[in-house]
Amino acid sequence: MAIEYRGIAKVSGPFIVVEGVSDASFDEIVDIRYQNGKRKLGRVVECYENRAVVQVFEGTNDLSLSNTSVRFTGHPMEIALSKDMLGREFNGVGEPIDGLGDIVSDIKRNVNGEPLNPCEREYPRNYIQTGISAIDGLMTLIRGQKLPIFSGNGLPHDELAAQIVTQSSLGADNDENFVVVFAAMGVKYDVAEFFRRKFRETGAMSHVVMFLNLANDPVIERIITPKVALTAAEYLAFEENMHVLVILTDMTSYAEALREVSSAKGEIPSRKGYPGYLYSEFATIYERAGIVKGSKGSVTQVPILTMPNDDITHPIPDLTGYITEGQIVLDRELHQKNIYPPINVLPSLSRLMKDGIGEGYTRKDHKDVANQVFSCYAHVGEARSLASVIGEEELSQMDQKYLKFGKAFEQEFLCQSKEENRSMDETLALCWKLLRMLPKEELDRIDTKLLEEYY
Amino acid sequence: MIQGKISGVNGPVIYVKDQMDFMVGEMVYVGNEKLVGEVISVTTEFTTVEVYEDTTGLKAGDIVYGTGSAMAVTLGPGIISNIFDGIERPLGEIGKKTGKYIGRGVSVTSLDEEKLWDTTMMISVNDVVKAGQIIATVPEGRAVVHKVMIPPDISGKVVSVVENGQYKIWDTLAVVEDRHGEKHKITMAQKWPIRVPRPYASRSYANRPLITGQRIIDSLFPLAKGGTAAIPGGFGTGKTMTQHQLAKWSDADIVIYIGCGERGNEMTEVLEDFKKLVDPRTQNPLLDRTVLIANTSNMPVAAREASIYTGVTLAEYYRDMGYHVAIMADSTSRWAEALRELSGRLEEMPAEEGFPAYLASKLSSFYERAGHVNTLSQKEGSITIIGAVSPQGGDFSEPVTQNTKRFIRCFYALDKSLAYARHFPAIQWLTSYSEYVDDLATWYNKNVDENFMNDRNEILRILTEESKLNEIVKLIGSDVLPDDQKLTLEIARVIRLGFIQQNAFHKVDTYVPLRKQFLMMETILYLYKKAAALVKMNMPMSYIREHSIFDHIIAMKYDTPNDDDQPFETYRKEIDAFYDHFIETNA
Repeated sequence: MAIEYRGIAKVSGPFIVVEGVSDASFDEIVDIRYQNGKRKLGRVVECYENRAVVQVFEGTNDLSLSNTSVRFTGHPMEIALSKDMLGREFNGVGEPIDGLGDIVSDIKRNVNGEPLNPCEREYPRNYIQTGISAIDGLMTLIRGQKLPIFSGNGLPHDELAAQIVTQSSLGADNDENFVVVFAAMGVKYDVAEFFRRKFRETGAMSHVVMFLNLANDPVIERIITPKVALTAAEYLAFEENMHVLVILTDMTSYAEALREVSSAKGEIPSRKGYPGYLYSEFATIYERAGIVKGSKGSVTQVPILTMPNDDITHPIPDLTGYITEGQIVLDRELHQKNIYPPINVLPSLSRLMKDGIGEGYTRKDHKDVANQVFSCYAHVGEARSLASVIGEEELSQMDQKYLKFGKAFEQEFLCQSKEENRSMDETLALCWKLLRMLPKEELDRIDTKLLEEYY
Repeated sequence: MIQGKISGVNGPVIYVKDQMDFMVGEMVYVGNEKLVGEVISVTTEFTTVEVYEDTTGLKAGDIVYGTGSAMAVTLGPGIISNIFDGIERPLGEIGKKTGKYIGRGVSVTSLDEEKLWDTTMMISVNDVVKAGQIIATVPEGRAVVHKVMIPPDISGKVVSVVENGQYKIWDTLAVVEDRHGEKHKITMAQKWPIRVPRPYASRSYANRPLITGQRIIDSLFPLAKGGTAAIPGGFGTGKTMTQHQLAKWSDADIVIYIGCGERGNEMTEVLEDFKKLVDPRTQNPLLDRTVLIANTSNMPVAAREASIYTGVTLAEYYRDMGYHVAIMADSTSRWAEALRELSGRLEEMPAEEGFPAYLASKLSSFYERAGHVNTLSQKEGSITIIGAVSPQGGDFSEPVTQNTKRFIRCFYALDKSLAYARHFPAIQWLTSYSEYVDDLATWYNKNVDENFMNDRNEILRILTEESKLNEIVKLIGSDVLPDDQKLTLEIARVIRLGFIQQNAFHKVDTYVPLRKQFLMMETILYLYKKAAALVKMNMPMSYIREHSIFDHIIAMKYDTPNDDDQPFETYRKEIDAFYDHFIETNA
């Protein structure tokens, strides 16, 4: 039994300092008891010869120098894992909050995870059909990918995520092996409730594991929530051979929590006050997506983040974009035009798409068509800005055709209802229908043979 | 060996008290798990150590074991085709030991020490050997002949030597007695500290291009063998794709790909792709000439800082054998951020944007390890460094891009708007530059065609002209321009779509030899010349533009094979026919 230290030396922000400790190890979990038996969890963030700095997950409220006792557990943060987690709800540090009791299992894992060995990874090649034209056609989601949604406050990212979840799996073939791990960090109660309701409506609840740290829950817990969720996801994928879709929302709150802790620790800030290790921290989360050799399962991540002030160059979307394999960018202007999903396709991208589409996967013309649509739609932007200066009538005939193409693209291709589930063929047919609005000579990205066949 | 006790742990940085005998730069093992670390500062109070693995579980009182030597890599046969982490531990072997995750404190040797290599000796007893001299050859895979060299700090007379045959990397191949009478055992492998550049006889001038098969690079902004280049670009602009293309097709003998703080799936992709892809020059799989160094973004940050040095040291070793080596460092920004992170943990005074003040000097000492040299064994070898830069928010004014720009000579600026329009490679021709153009002009004019540089300059002139005209078009539309300017815009379009844009996924277009690049430029400029003549005769551009010849020329990159001049003759004839067609109809 480990020694219990009575009394602490200092309480400051989310940290407590314990003195006279000799055997605290870095990153180990600390059991904190206060006010006659209430419990909190903490983690050693710095340790010295006889002093340890402990970060308290549930916040340091109610702790005093004398009413608190501390026990070092000797191991890093671990959670118990089992298939029984499906259908359950946990708080941000992985404790059940649905009143159904603890998860009992011999399998316990360190939530920090360990880096996947690139030699043991398998390169993801299987696409997931989401039934959403913009995604399937132009930024195809691949099993084992991490594809975030860059959104802003008030944009329908939650609806989009819910639609991806419902349609990508449980819709068509009702794959028993498909599960969802949902982690909420600092989201509003309504958002959590929205997802819960969606999962219930589609009968998916029994395939979902929820980790909820809501906006009024302790900030400090948020730092551990995605790690707990991903530990569960990795277990289900790599040991239970399931296809796991992980929704992490909202990564902005996570980063803000990190900043809060970092500044409380007195660390030197880098951009916009975020700690210098924000990139590394993001990476340890996002890089936990993938497929490993010798396992049938996969971890696919769809993190959601709200760009502060819709600014894509803000450190949070910026660093995320450098780690994730593409991004889906939502656009306020399209949203105002009442287009759902308001995906701005130009800055959106799926890096893994190139190897997961085309012959043998989707259809042989997919690559060229996607390329062509991007290039034409980029030209629409140019024509529009020119039209705003010289007026639409003054545009050349070709540019006018592009304007029409742009409008049709947004109205027919992008726009679909929240229940509409389009097949890959429908999506590609729609692409061709739009491209036919332009003369054949303009389609310079498509192989001549394919053009003959499909135009 | 020296030992010390940990007195404090703060992330990847640990402090050791009461032990002043550690050397700065010394490699140490930390704690019961023997995590690898490096000493970064020593004071009378405590020694600071940077740990290359996750420090979870370390505590005050754990032992730190000194090794007495600096962070070094093992150099010998077995490096090629391998994939290492940032401190030269083979990930394949680690995988065999700890499974899908990279465990901590795994003890694996950098190179296979049991494998027998076919060795052909080139020296005999009583020969006098110099530092860096090649004494034996060992075939290392299908593509590379490994040359065993005398370490740079040893020279003297050979007192014994083994027969040709099969040996392990640490078997003694020869014994050399130096002039002080001291005997040195020479083995196939040697160790070298990663932060010390390996010596060479002299540095020479870069006078040959690194041929990459990428038109915008080879033709417009050529890179020399032994040169330095930076590829900056925000996310999604295709840095990694460009690096992959260069790693695949550049005519280096050996490619060292450093995945520094990048995505795990990308490393897997390189690993899988390079096994299958065939080197157009040797017909061997590309992996046979490639070394991968992977410190993905979720691997420990301290090893990320080291990975760049590990990579360049391996490169120098092969350069010393007389090979042309190309290093792809993707991305140097992650390396700079690792410096920043560690600097923050060490509580150093930050300079610009939190980066340490020594960022510039670290960058310069890295890029200066590139170069075209005469090796100690009087062979010609080179290291070309191509570093990707990931500027924050895509803004090139940030410190890493700006400081990198001071030390490189080729700048390939990737552009967001080109990438959004899926124009790849998204290298912006107006902001990119190459300082090697003058150095390489003679080579191009002699080896490809004497008109090569003229054509290149003309192409760039048209593109610059286009950007000026576009300013006007943005204000008033293109219809009001005079016909000769309309033609410039049309030809610029042909250049952009037909020449600069290159499809990495097309089997012909992914790699284009210099000869074809030149013929393509010639064809486009010939079209320009003929069309300009028509415009001069007051032929309206609105008619000329309707002709299919423009789109026909744009498609030539797909329609012509890579090794045949014949189709270009046909294009010339077609352009003549186009010219005659208008002359006749208007006569």
